[in-house]
Amino acid sequence: MPSLETAQLVKEQPRKEILNIQDLTKSFDGKTRAVDGVSFTVFEGEIFGFLGPNGAGKSTTINMLTTILRPTSGSATLCGYDLIKNPAAVRRSIGVVPQESTADDDLSGLENVLLCADFYGIPRRVSQPRAWELLELVELHKDARRKISTYSGGMRRRLELASGLINRPKILFLDEPTLGLDVQTRAKVWEYIRRLKEEFHMTLFMTTHYLDEADNLCDRIAIIDHGKILKIGSPYELKESLGGDIIEVDVQEEESLDLSDALRQIKHVLDVRKNNSEYRIKTEFGEQTAPDVMDVLRLGGATVTRISIVKPSLDQVYLEYTGRSIREEHADSSTGRRPTHGRGMSMRMRR
Amino acid sequence: MNMTESVVTGKSEEAESEKRLQSMAAKQSLSAFEQETALNQSPLHGLWALTNRELKKWYKTPVILILSLIQPVIWLGLFGKAMNFGAIFTGSSFNIPGLSIPKSVIDQIAAQVMQNTFGTSDYFSFFAAGMLSFISLFMAMQSGMSVVWDRRLGFLNKELSTPLARGAIPLGKVFSSILRGLSQAAIVLIIAILLGFDVSHITVTGLLGTFAGLFLMVMGFSSLFVMLAVRSTSQDTQMMIVNLLSLPLLFASNSMFPVKFMPSWLQPIVLVNPVSYATDISRQFLLGSPGMAPLWFDFLYLGSFALIMVVLGTIVSRRLLSR
Repeated sequence: MPSLETAQLVKEQPRKEILNIQDLTKSFDGKTRAVDGVSFTVFEGEIFGFLGPNGAGKSTTINMLTTILRPTSGSATLCGYDLIKNPAAVRRSIGVVPQESTADDDLSGLENVLLCADFYGIPRRVSQPRAWELLELVELHKDARRKISTYSGGMRRRLELASGLINRPKILFLDEPTLGLDVQTRAKVWEYIRRLKEEFHMTLFMTTHYLDEADNLCDRIAIIDHGKILKIGSPYELKESLGGDIIEVDVQEEESLDLSDALRQIKHVLDVRKNNSEYRIKTEFGEQTAPDVMDVLRLGGATVTRISIVKPSLDQVYLEYTGRSIREEHADSSTGRRPTHGRGMSMRMRR
Repeated sequence: MNMTESVVTGKSEEAESEKRLQSMAAKQSLSAFEQETALNQSPLHGLWALTNRELKKWYKTPVILILSLIQPVIWLGLFGKAMNFGAIFTGSSFNIPGLSIPKSVIDQIAAQVMQNTFGTSDYFSFFAAGMLSFISLFMAMQSGMSVVWDRRLGFLNKELSTPLARGAIPLGKVFSSILRGLSQAAIVLIIAILLGFDVSHITVTGLLGTFAGLFLMVMGFSSLFVMLAVRSTSQDTQMMIVNLLSLPLLFASNSMFPVKFMPSWLQPIVLVNPVSYATDISRQFLLGSPGMAPLWFDFLYLGSFALIMVVLGTIVSRRLLSR
């Protein structure tokens, strides 16, 4: 369990705050609250993940922290500088790898990185070798003189990474760094991210909606939905917080028959939720409880069509806190197993 | 077989990248990445970088340069040459009963009339001087489009997350469109000379003065268009604005016809239009025409226009860029 080790390691060291956010809020047009009173702390040298469905407020938060958007209220300190009072100092100490490719198509890779260096006011004698070094890091040095318009999606993302590092940022913000990349390129990007942390002791703040990415890379994760932080912790802590296994049972009958109360009486069962024709039963010991669940349902007159025991995973954590499965977010609710499941669940949870 | 091959290449790639990692780690202590450096923090740092970025896009694609010259060449070659007002006086003698005017006298009258009306001996030269303003104006209008593109492609957001001076963003657009506008105007002038532009009055001072006037005009207009575009996300809207304004600005100026041709309701508009003053400067300097206004007033007017627009444009853009 590498995440367990990391969690403990991080705990043992005295942790230095590098990013402190207090009650950050952004509302658009005075009504829609994209980010709603978010507070958290990021420590030096960690990879902090922001996990949430589309439209949860991840990008808005990043845009505020990178001074692109002005917060409606709240405050934040990055690397000791106040976000509102001293944005120029904040900008000098951060790097940004945006979600979409922002490089200038008509320029070459090298020219794009140098252009970024000029934005920071880095003199050419420093920026020229540094640009080459970074291009080598992301393995673009052979294509450095080619126009960006000839680059593939993965190459563009790697170039963004090189550009984001040109000012030697203390914190690097990555907005969905592997969105839309193929498996190999994703693995490469992960490798770069790990190296930045290990070799350069950089703090990384990333948003993602890939659970495996968060699980693999992040030291700590914040789950965000509807502009609010639902849970913060290491992947291990989050999985622990579920407090057991989950048994998912599909029955043929619809709403009319509800056996939740009977199920709650079973030994080891912690919680039961019913959504349409599906029960989600939280239990301390999945394997032991499952036969009893079958019995209770059969005796109650339900026909079980499917049963599965799910061990704690980040996927489950995510479902637990956002009420939506990340796979459904991805499939855009069209190829998901239960298309209406997500909505119904989240409504139940908020009640 | 294929699988083994791919596994093997995968491994060798891995080994290679491992080696690279080690070599990088070894020289890490000396790497440029680790090197501290003093940053240029002047309020306008990055302005040249931004200007140069626009210029690179332009001179690296000569096709666009050539295409953007086609229109002015057509205007010059077809319109300018066809509107041969001098031909009204057919160049032969007049024979009305009781009045016989010899050809030489007619020619003298023609020259006099042309001089009085257009300030030069032929309409083509008069019109070509106006085209210099037109092509510069057209370049100035493009600056708004590129702001919209930058916003759509996320480039603007990238700029905003860096310590780049906020004022440098609109000013970079303005300066690049000035440089592009002036070089396009220079090319148009050369083409006009090849097509028969009256060169008898051209002096070095005259050329410098002409381009100084165009400089001020482009500066003012591109600031205006950057300002209009800075919050827009639709290039269609921006295109509409450009199309809507370009012809009125051209026709409601003295670029194509002298002010005195125009109805009295149009004349005040022409006299407000900065394009008229840039054209007036060109004609006075290049053709030695008696101007619409004294030169000092032309420069004062254009200078004020440029200054007001640049200041206003920079302030408005700065405010709108930090939402």
